[in-house]
Parts: sequence; C-alpha cells; structure tokens
Amino acid sequence: MEGKIRVLVAKPGLDGHDRGAKVVARALRDAGFEVVYTGLHQTPDQIAEAVIQEDVDVVGLSILSGAHNTLVPRVIELVKKKGGRQDLLYLVGGIVPREDVDYLRAAGVSEVFGPGTPTEDIVAYIRQHAKG
Amino acid sequence: MDVPSWVERLARGDKAALARAITLVENRAPGARELVRQAFLRGGSSLVVGLTGPPGVGKSTLASGLARAFLGRGRRVGVLAVDPTSPFSGGAILGDRIRMQEAAGEPGVFIRSLATRGHAGGLCRAIGDSIRLLEAAGFDPILVETVGAGQGEVEVMRYADTVLVLLMPGLGDDIQAIKAGILEIGDVFVVNKADLPGADRMVRTLELLLELKPLPPGTWRPPVLAVVARDMVGVEELTQAILDHAGHLKGSGGWEARRAAQAEAELGDALQEQLLGAVVGRAKEAGEWGRAAARIRERQSDPYTEAWALVERFGPGLSAPHAPED
Ligand SMILES: Nc1nc2c(ncn2[C@@H]2O[C@H](COP(=O)(O)OP(=O)(O)OP(=O)(O)O)[C@@H](O)[C@H]2O)c(=O)[nH]1
Ligand SMILES: [Mg+2]
Repeated sequence: MEGKIRVLVAKPGLDGHDRGAKVVARALRDAGFEVVYTGLHQTPDQIAEAVIQEDVDVVGLSILSGAHNTLVPRVIELVKKKGGRQDLLYLVGGIVPREDVDYLRAAGVSEVFGPGTPTEDIVAYIRQHAKG
Repeated sequence: MDVPSWVERLARGDKAALARAITLVENRAPGARELVRQAFLRGGSSLVVGLTGPPGVGKSTLASGLARAFLGRGRRVGVLAVDPTSPFSGGAILGDRIRMQEAAGEPGVFIRSLATRGHAGGLCRAIGDSIRLLEAAGFDPILVETVGAGQGEVEVMRYADTVLVLLMPGLGDDIQAIKAGILEIGDVFVVNKADLPGADRMVRTLELLLELKPLPPGTWRPPVLAVVARDMVGVEELTQAILDHAGHLKGSGGWEARRAAQAEAELGDALQEQLLGAVVGRAKEAGEWGRAAARIRERQSDPYTEAWALVERFGPGLSAPHAPED
C-alpha cells in the first residue's frame, strides 16, 4: 500500500492574509505531502466538511485573529459529529498565548506552532506523528 | 475490511465512508479492489461530465457553478478535481476547492481533490474507480476537472459522457485551439470570463471552426456558450446544454457506443496493470528480473526479447485474480 500523507491547510475566521499559510503549504508539498488548500475566511463547518471529504490525515489551522479558542474546538467537534476519523492530527499555527495552548491541547490539538517556526520543524513533526 | 458494510454505507451516501474509500483506491489498499468491484456492478448510470481547458480558465469556478445548478434541479452532485503532483517532491498542492466554496457547503455536493501521482494525461490512476465509488454513493452527475496542463487532457474522453472544453478571451492565438486537437474532444464549448473583452470574437471564431467540420446528419453539433462562471451568468444554459447532449447520446446510440469504447479501454488498462504486476512480481521473486536487466545493460540482449521471455516464462499458470499491489 502506497500511502501519501494528506494535509488540509485552512484559515478559519476573518483575518485577512494567508501568506504564512501559503508558505507552509508549499513547504509541505516540497516535503512530499499532498496539501489541500482551501483559502481564506473558512467557517468551521466548511473546514470540517473539507476534512471529511478530502480524507486528510492532518488538519493545519492557521489563525492570526486571536479567535483560536472558539474556532479550533468548534472544527474538532464538527469533524467528530460528521463521522470523521479518530486518528486525525490537529495542528494550529499562529500567535497563541501560553495559557491558551493548554486549552487547545485539551480540546484535541496535538501541537501549536508560533509565528516564525521553521517549516522543517512542522514537516518533521508531521512525519513523526501523522498516520500516513 | 468488511466490504458489505462499506457498500451499505456508500449506498446511504455516507460522505466519510466515500472519502475513505477513495483514499483506499488511491493507495491501492488491500480490500479496495473488492469494494470497487461491488460499486462497479451497481454503477454505470450517472452522467460523467469532464471539464478541461488551460490553467486558470475557470474550471473549478464553473464546476462549483454547475454543481449548484444541478443541485437546483434536485440532483446530488459529485466533483473530482485533479491537480498535478510535483515530479520533484512527490507532493502536491490541491487548490481547486478554493474556487468551489459556494458549492462545498451543500449537503448534496461531494468534492474531492486528487493528485496525479505521476499519471500522465491530465487525470490520475484512481479516477475511474473514484467515479464508480461516487456513483455507488448516488451522485449524478459527476463532474471531473482535469489538470490545466493544456495538453494530453484527451484522456478525459475515456471517462466522460460529456466533455466541456473551456476557453477564455485573451488566450492569444485562437488557432492554437485547433492545433491542440481540442475541437475534436469537446461536446460543448464554453467561452468563460465572457465579462472580459474579446469574448464575442472568441465565440464567433470557435463557431466558425466548428462549422467547417464536416458532420454527418444526425450528429451532435457542439454548441459554443459564453459564460461568466464567477457570476453564474450562462450557467443555467450550459446545464441545459449538458443535459441536451446526454439526451442526444442516449437517443442516438452514442451513449452505448461511448460506454462500449470505455469498457474496452478499461479492459486494456486492467489487463496491463494486472499482467504487468503479476509477471514483474514473479520474475523478481525468481531473481530473473535483475538478470534480464543485466543482460540488457550488457547489450547481450534487447528489452523486447527479454520482456517477451518473461511473459513466456512467468505468464502461464498465473493464479487469478492476482492483485499486484495486495
Ligand atoms: N473575470 C472573470 N474571472 C473568472 C471567471 N471565472 C473564474 N474567474 C477567475 O479566474 C481565476 C481562475 O479560476 P479557477 O476556477 O481557479 O480556474 P481553473 O481553470 O480551475 O484553474 P486551474 O485549476 O489552476 O487550472 C480565479 O481568480 C477566478 O476567480 C469569470 O467568469 N470572469
Ligand atoms: Mg481548478
């Protein structure tokens, strides 16, 4: 069986640019992953639908607006409700205060990457933890 | 893998099961073949619409618009969108969904992005099986977006009942279109981005070129439609043209003819894939693969002689169905 790691890169919420998300998407492609990129201003429901229909192994959510505490758990909850996989790896990228990191972990997030994280670190993390 | 329960989940239109099944097919996972077999035996009635055309012409935007239009006619719509795999990394960015947001939220729509994974021709190896799985899940029509490579998308004819060829103003040399053989494959021509200058001229040029083609009476004459996919202008008319074409195919025996040609092509593919896999597998097991390659490398023999020798030696008595990947 010749699996490929599939990653959804999504930007929930209203913040306006996706340069960072695109850089990460390209780095993941260059690492040999299949990256489904859905663009800006995604609602949690749209993201959850994409997670299901694209059958990704990894969900990368890029949030700069500060609304991570509401958006991220909502996505995770909706994916569950829609019958998504149990072994999904949720990653969050953006500016997340330390106290929120624990909250997100409790909600099901595996790792939070701050701004300026080298893309190699993200690649390495996915290689090590994704089901593939 | 519990195939009957998967088939049952598919038949219920379970999107998570459908999505997972497509992955299994893409990855040539054990058990996927039996699932596809079950789906195949039930399928064959959904209309498959191919969308092809140069990069950025608006294939994804139009697929989204068509999905909404068919939804409005009470249909459940499947979309398969193919993007290229990087030959360097083996990775891919699948970005077609960006332009399908309006359709993506609809319960009656299923959209899946697929990477070519080295397959030439504008589609991917799993496309036929994925179409089948969508059929089994009750999606009709199924819209298939090829990679916008500008060549080689002729393969879409192998799977589509109706082929839409998209063009847009400003593509440069209009005559390029004929050279690429694109006039041959289109059942309906779409001049998208008709909001931009030059659309009328493009429509007229295409119509002229199509009129020059000698067609026997009773043959479908491909229409040329001006569309602004982004604003849903002309999409209703296009939807009707697609249904007209499908109706024409069914009324004229064309549907059967296309399905018969598809069946032959698929038989050829399956034979090649299975026989090749089995012979190569057995030859490798016996150590003969490496020896044959060495003889070729040393110029003691040539590839054709060696290949046929492998077929003669390892072909007979193959246990069927031998799945090369399982
Ligand atoms: N002006 C205008 N722009 C359009 C129209 N339809 C689509 N576009 C724009 O054209 C660009 C490309 O659209 P896509 O739908 O992504 O085109 P595509 O053919 O799927 O592109 P690839 O998959 O990359 O080959 C986007 O910026 C769209 O918003 C239209 O009718 N008019
Ligand atoms: Mg596209």
